[in-house]
Amino acid sequence: MSRPALLIDNILPQIVDILGCYNKSSTTQSITLKTDLSADLNLDSLGVMDLMMDLEEKFDITIPLNLMPEIKTVDDLANIIIKLAAES
Amino acid sequence: MGLFDRFQNIQQQFQRLKASGDSPFTVQMQQILSQTEAIIEGRHTILMGTNNYLGLTFDKRCQEASIKAVRESGTGTTGSRIANGSYADHQGLEDDLAKFYDKKHCMVFSTGYQANLGIISTLAGPDDFLLLDADSHASIYDGAKLGSATVIRFRHNDAKDLNRRLLSLQDKPGNKIIVIEGIYSMLGDKAPLADFVAVKKKYANTYIIVDEAHSMGVLGKTGRGLCQEDGVEADIDFVVGTFSKSLGAVGGFCVSDHPQFEYLRLACRPYMFTASLPPATMASVRTALKIVEQEPALRLRLWQNVEFFYHHLQQLGFRLGTTKSPVVPIYMPDPGTGFRFWQTLLHSGVYANMALPPATPMGTALLRFSICSAHQQDQLQKVVEIVKQVADKISYFADKPLARMAVA
Repeated sequence: MSRPALLIDNILPQIVDILGCYNKSSTTQSITLKTDLSADLNLDSLGVMDLMMDLEEKFDITIPLNLMPEIKTVDDLANIIIKLAAES
Repeated sequence: MGLFDRFQNIQQQFQRLKASGDSPFTVQMQQILSQTEAIIEGRHTILMGTNNYLGLTFDKRCQEASIKAVRESGTGTTGSRIANGSYADHQGLEDDLAKFYDKKHCMVFSTGYQANLGIISTLAGPDDFLLLDADSHASIYDGAKLGSATVIRFRHNDAKDLNRRLLSLQDKPGNKIIVIEGIYSMLGDKAPLADFVAVKKKYANTYIIVDEAHSMGVLGKTGRGLCQEDGVEADIDFVVGTFSKSLGAVGGFCVSDHPQFEYLRLACRPYMFTASLPPATMASVRTALKIVEQEPALRLRLWQNVEFFYHHLQQLGFRLGTTKSPVVPIYMPDPGTGFRFWQTLLHSGVYANMALPPATPMGTALLRFSICSAHQQDQLQKVVEIVKQVADKISYFADKPLARMAVA
């Protein structure tokens, strides 16, 4: 049974919500699709991996570690979640 | 962007640490006095930060075997086994290990890191899936990165999460290889092996590798590790381990009953393209292996020391790792406090390990102690007293009430 396709506008608030727990930067800049996980949120490699685990649970998907190099911004993240959810 | 620009952040952090005095990354032991003592910065220091669980680095029998091997076979092999040939001791050591584990096959590697790198990267092919415990050692992650399989991480020690991920993969072709550790190096906790084995058995083409680096010599009736202690050895496909902890030397190995295991010798690059273990190391390891098997009293003393040290730190009110094991971590409320604690301890004559994120789980800072069977109780008592004095000196509990845990 395939599930309904996810839309970026619908999932962005959920991603932002989870990202809020991982934001290590001192700036209060709001998180947008352009936000860079490393440069803007100061996430280290382990932080990114833990974040992925929370997102995997939230969207019931599996994000292979091999995809990490492709994920730099929130936009990349949202698109990968949409793609993986469509495949599962 | 400059060649080294991306390391600037880490370099700045290191410089800040260095500016405040000793850095955990540059400690130099000027003289090693014994398994448990060294001279550091001119001070007599008790070693609480080695992985020398059975204290075999100074065992006379291991030392003499090494010296004899150097005299008879020289200082090094000067090449790889594939290109430059094996010594009789390479095969001898592999036979000893296979016998020790009651397995049919064994391959030795030049380091434990290379054992994981080699086995993980070679076993899992492009169509396969590697399932790694989230708290895995860097060598396991690096092995996955070197290989070509799809890499999936499951929640630490969570068999339910592993099951969820295997379930989602069950219709996909390709082998599934689960990688877990016997004892985890930072928190000292053990894998729930029986639960993982039960999950593994539900799925076809699914294998388990257990890295017994910190549990070999420490757990199990004859020191084989957690698989032996939990009675699941027959269900584990590959056991990886190291010679650099309980066996007091350097090197790594993998044992297995898989009938095609020997194929790896011609496919596993971290095995094929590196200089092989030198004679002195093989000789001391072969001797140490016999001692591990034949002298359970060493393990008994180790666990008595663990009980003593863990109990006394707990009584002082520190928040410790939840599992009693030869790795005893104190949770630090933040990296700064951890660093001050570590540094003051060193200046007071106790060497422990400072573990900082991202090397630690969940971004925690840990002051990590490791116990040796050769620690005398008066040494451990002294360490406990010094730890207490340091906590008082840096107002550890006064400043950070969260650092304290309720004593049951």
